[in-house]
Amino acid sequence: MILALLIVPALAGLAAFALPGAALRRGLLLVTALAHAALTAACWKWTPAPALGGWLKLDAAGLLFLSIISVLFLAAAFYAMGYLVQEANKHTTDIEEGFLFDNAPETVFIGCLLLFLAAMSLVTVSQHFGLLWVAIEATTLTSAPLIYFHKHHRSLEATWKYLLICSVGIALALLANFFLGIAATQPGVDAYPLVLSELVAHARDLQVPWLKAACLLFFVGYGTKMGLAPLHTWLPDAHSEAPSVVSALLSGAVLNCAFLGLLRAQQVCVAAGLGNFGRDVWIALGLTSLVIGAVFILGQTDYKRLLAYSSVENMGIMAVGVGLGSAGAFGALFHAVNHSLAKAMLFLLSGNILARYRTKTIAQVKGLLGAAPATGLLWVAGFLAITGTPPFGTFTSKLLILKAAFDTGQPWGMWVGVVFLGLLAVIFIGMTTAFLGMAQGEPEKPIGPGRDRVWQIAPPVVLGLLVLWLGLAVPESLDNVLREIARTLGGAT
Amino acid sequence: MNAISFIPLLLALTLSPLLLGVINRTKAFFAGRHGQPLLQTYFDLWKLLQKGAVYSRTTTWLFRAGPMIGLAAALTATLLMPLGKCPASLAFPADFLLFAGLLGLMRFFTVVAALDTGSSFEGMGASREVFFSALTEPALFVALATLVRETGQLSLSTMFGQVSNAHWLHSGPALGLVVLALMIVLLAENSRIPVDDPNTHLELTMIHEVMVLDHGGPDLAFIFYSAALKLWLLSALVVGIVLPGTGDPRLNLLLAVGAVFGVAVIVGVIESVMARLRLMIVPQLLVGAGALAATAFLLALKLN
Amino acid sequence: MQGTNIILVLVVLTNLKLLGSSRVGSSIRVVAAQGVVLGLLPILAHAHEISWRYAGLAVGTVALKGIVFPWFLFRAVREAEVAREIEPFVGYVASLLAGVSILAVSFWMCTRLPMPEAIASAWLAPVAIFSIFAGLFLIVSRKRAVSQVLGFLVLENGVYTFGVGVAPQASLLVEAGVLLDVFVAVFVMGITIFHINREFDHIDTDRLSSLKD
Repeated sequence: MILALLIVPALAGLAAFALPGAALRRGLLLVTALAHAALTAACWKWTPAPALGGWLKLDAAGLLFLSIISVLFLAAAFYAMGYLVQEANKHTTDIEEGFLFDNAPETVFIGCLLLFLAAMSLVTVSQHFGLLWVAIEATTLTSAPLIYFHKHHRSLEATWKYLLICSVGIALALLANFFLGIAATQPGVDAYPLVLSELVAHARDLQVPWLKAACLLFFVGYGTKMGLAPLHTWLPDAHSEAPSVVSALLSGAVLNCAFLGLLRAQQVCVAAGLGNFGRDVWIALGLTSLVIGAVFILGQTDYKRLLAYSSVENMGIMAVGVGLGSAGAFGALFHAVNHSLAKAMLFLLSGNILARYRTKTIAQVKGLLGAAPATGLLWVAGFLAITGTPPFGTFTSKLLILKAAFDTGQPWGMWVGVVFLGLLAVIFIGMTTAFLGMAQGEPEKPIGPGRDRVWQIAPPVVLGLLVLWLGLAVPESLDNVLREIARTLGGAT
Repeated sequence: MNAISFIPLLLALTLSPLLLGVINRTKAFFAGRHGQPLLQTYFDLWKLLQKGAVYSRTTTWLFRAGPMIGLAAALTATLLMPLGKCPASLAFPADFLLFAGLLGLMRFFTVVAALDTGSSFEGMGASREVFFSALTEPALFVALATLVRETGQLSLSTMFGQVSNAHWLHSGPALGLVVLALMIVLLAENSRIPVDDPNTHLELTMIHEVMVLDHGGPDLAFIFYSAALKLWLLSALVVGIVLPGTGDPRLNLLLAVGAVFGVAVIVGVIESVMARLRLMIVPQLLVGAGALAATAFLLALKLN
Repeated sequence: MQGTNIILVLVVLTNLKLLGSSRVGSSIRVVAAQGVVLGLLPILAHAHEISWRYAGLAVGTVALKGIVFPWFLFRAVREAEVAREIEPFVGYVASLLAGVSILAVSFWMCTRLPMPEAIASAWLAPVAIFSIFAGLFLIVSRKRAVSQVLGFLVLENGVYTFGVGVAPQASLLVEAGVLLDVFVAVFVMGITIFHINREFDHIDTDRLSSLKD
C-alpha cells in the first residue's frame, strides 16, 4: 500500500508528459488526486505494512502529514481543473507591468504537479534519513517548474531564488545526515543504520557532539525549506509569484514536509536526552519567525506576500510549540493541520481575487463582498480562521501552545508566552487592516465580468469547513495520532 | 666552524653569476638562438668594475650607499645559506629570520637609492617593488614556518640536514606546496617572468630594472652581483627542501650544485614558455603563493 | 593514505583557484577537474575494501561531475553568450585571502569534534568543511548565475567528500538518490539560467531585484 502511494502519482506524472490531449491530462490529474486521497483514507483504517526493509513505514507523524498533503492536493487539483481551462489561452497580459507573456506548457505543469505529489508522499513515509533527504530535495526540484508557470521575469527571479536557496540549505541537511551517521558509529561495533526507529532505540549510545552538530545543520537545512526566519527569504517571492494553486500547495504541504524532516531529527534528539538543546533552537527560530512575520505583515501592500509572511509566522508558531515539549508539540501538530487547511483556502481565494481584480495590491482591492459575494465571505472567514479566532481550529491550537508555555511554570516559559501573545496581537491588527479593507467598501475601478464559478468556490469552502469542524470537535482518531506523535517529542522542559 | 662550512659560501661567491648565464642559454635554446656566452655576466661585471661612476648632483650619500649596503646584505645572507646537506658557515636558531631580514634590507636600500634620484620612473619602479615584495614576504615567512613545523628545527642548516625521503613520504603534499610557493617567491624576488621581465626596454613596464637605471660603473656591478647572489640563495633554499640526502657528503655537494643549476634551467624554461602577466594580475599570483604556503602550513599543523 | 592526501590537497588547490579565477570557462574546467579527482576518492579512501559499490560510485561521480555537468554548463554558457569575465562582488585577491581564512577556520573546527577512528586521512573532515564554506562564499560573492551554480557544486562536493570519507554507512540507494538529485538540480538550474538570459539579456543575479519588501 505504501508503494502504491508513491507509484500511483509518479507513474501518473510520467504519463502526463506522454498523454495527448488537454482534457485527458486534466482528467488524469483529478483521478490521481482522488486515488491518492482514497489510499490515504484507507491508511487510517488499515495500517499499511512497512516496505523496503523498514525504510518506508507510515508512522503516526507520517500519516498526519500524508493526510494533510492528500487533502490539499485534492482541493488544489479540483481548483486547477478550472484554472487551467481559464489560463489555456496562450498570451496573457502581465497585471503589473502590462507586457505579454506565455504560460509554461500544461503538460509540464500537470506532470510536475503529480511528480511533486509523489515526492511529498515519499517524504511522509521515509523512515531512513537519507531517503528523507532525497525526497525533500525532490520536492524542491519538482516544484521549481511550477513556480515558473507564468513565464515572465518576476516568476523567473522567484524560481531562481527558490532553487538556489533551498538547494544550498538542503545540501547542508545532507551534511547533517552524514554527521548523524558518524554519531551512530561505535568503536568496534557495526554502526546503526540511519533508520528512525533504530536511532531512537539506541539513542543513548549516539555520540553527543556529532548529534548536536547534526541537529544544528538540520535546523539550517530543513529550516530554510520550512521558511523559518531568518532563512525564509525565498518564501515570500516564491509564494507571491507562483500560480495560486501552487502557492497553496507550497504553503500548506511543502513547508510541512520540511517541518516533518525537522521533527524526525527532534525525535532522535529527545530520545538521546538532548531535548533541552533542541528546545532553545526551536523557540529562538520560532520567535524570530514570529517577529519577522509581524514586521512584514504590518504595512504589507501585496496580499499574496501578506499570506506568504503569514506562513512564516505560522511556521514560527509551530516551532515555538515543538520547543515547548510534549504538550506544546501536540498544539503545534494540530496547528500544522489547521494552518495548512486555512492557508490553502486563502491562497485559492487569492487566485479568485487576482482573476477578478487583476492586481495583487491590497489598496486596489475594494468591495470584495459586493463584487464577488462568495469569494468575499470566504475571504473574511479565511481571515478569521488564519488569525485564530474562535470557533476555528486555529484558535484551539494556538491556545494549546500558549497554555503549554505558561504551564512550564518557569520564568522563561512565561516570557515566551507573553512575547508570543504580544506578537500574535500585532499580527492580528496587521491582518485585520488588510483583509477587512479588501472586503468592504466600493470597488474603485471596474472589475472583470462574471460570477464566481463552482471550481473557484467549492475547494475553499470544503477547506474552510474542515478548519471549522476541527475547531468544534477533534475526531478521536486524529486526537490519538496527535498524542502519539507528541509523546515521541516529549521529554523536554 | 671548520673549513668544510666555507664551501657553500665559496661556491655561491664564484658560481652565482653563472646562473644568469645558464638562464640566458636556456632561453636562447628555446628560441633557437645560439645565445651569449655562459660567462657573459662575469665579463659584464669585470667591464663595469673598470669604469668610473657618474653621480647626479641631485643625489645624496644614500644613492652611493645603496649598492654597497645591498651587496653587504647579500654577502651576509650568503653566510647563512647552506647548500643541500652541507651546513652554512654561520648557523644559529632562527637564522632564517635574519636571512629574510637581510633580503628585506637589501631591497630597502635599493628602493631608497632609487627614490633618492628624484626620477619619476624610478619612483614608479620603487612603488611596484615594495608593493610586490609586501605580498611575497608573507609567503616566504609562512613557507619557512611550515618547514620549521615539519622538521622541528629552527636553523636553516639543521632544517635542510633533516629533510629526508621519509619527510616527503609522510607529508609530501605540504612540502610540495611549500616548494611551489617558494618557486613563485623566487621568480618574483628575482624579477623574472611572469612577474617582471628582466629584458624589457620600456621603463613603464619595468619593475626592478627601472630602479637601477641611474647607477653606473662599480655601483652597477655591485647591484648585478648582489642580484646574482640573491638568485643563488633562493635557488639554494628550494634545493635544500627538494634534494634527498645520500650517504656521501661529496656526492651531496655535487648534487646540490647541480640542482641549483637545475633550478636556473627551470627558470629559463618558465621564461621561455610564459608571457609576463599584466601588472593587475601579478598581486593575484603573489597572494596565490601566500595562499599555497598558508595551506601547506595548515596541513603541516594538522598532520603532526 | 598518501593517495587520499594528494586528492584532498588537489581539492583545496582547485577551490583556491576557483576563488581567484576570473574566467567562467576556466572555472567550469576547474570544477570539472575537482569532480574527476573526487571520483577517485571512494576508491582511495577505502583501498582496503574495494567493492562494486565504491567502484560504481566512482564511475558515477566522474561521469556526472567530470563530464556531464561541465558539458551542460558550457552549453548553457554558450547559448546564453555570457561574457567570459566573472564579475565578483568581492575581488579575487580578497576572495583568495578569505579562502585561506576559511581553510584555517575549517581546520580549527575539526579539532573540536571527535573524529571516528577508521578515517582515511586527518584532512578529510577539514577539507570537506572548507569546500562547503568555499562554495557558500562563491554563491554569495559572485554575480553570475553560472558562478552561483559552480558554488553550489563546490558545496555539494564538500558534502560528498565528507560523506565518502568520513560517514561510514550510507547505502547504495541513498547515494544513487543523492547523485540523481544533484543531477536534476544542476539540470533545472541550467535551464533556468537559459531562461534568465532570454528574459533579461544577461545572467547577473544582482539585477534580479524586482521582488523585495
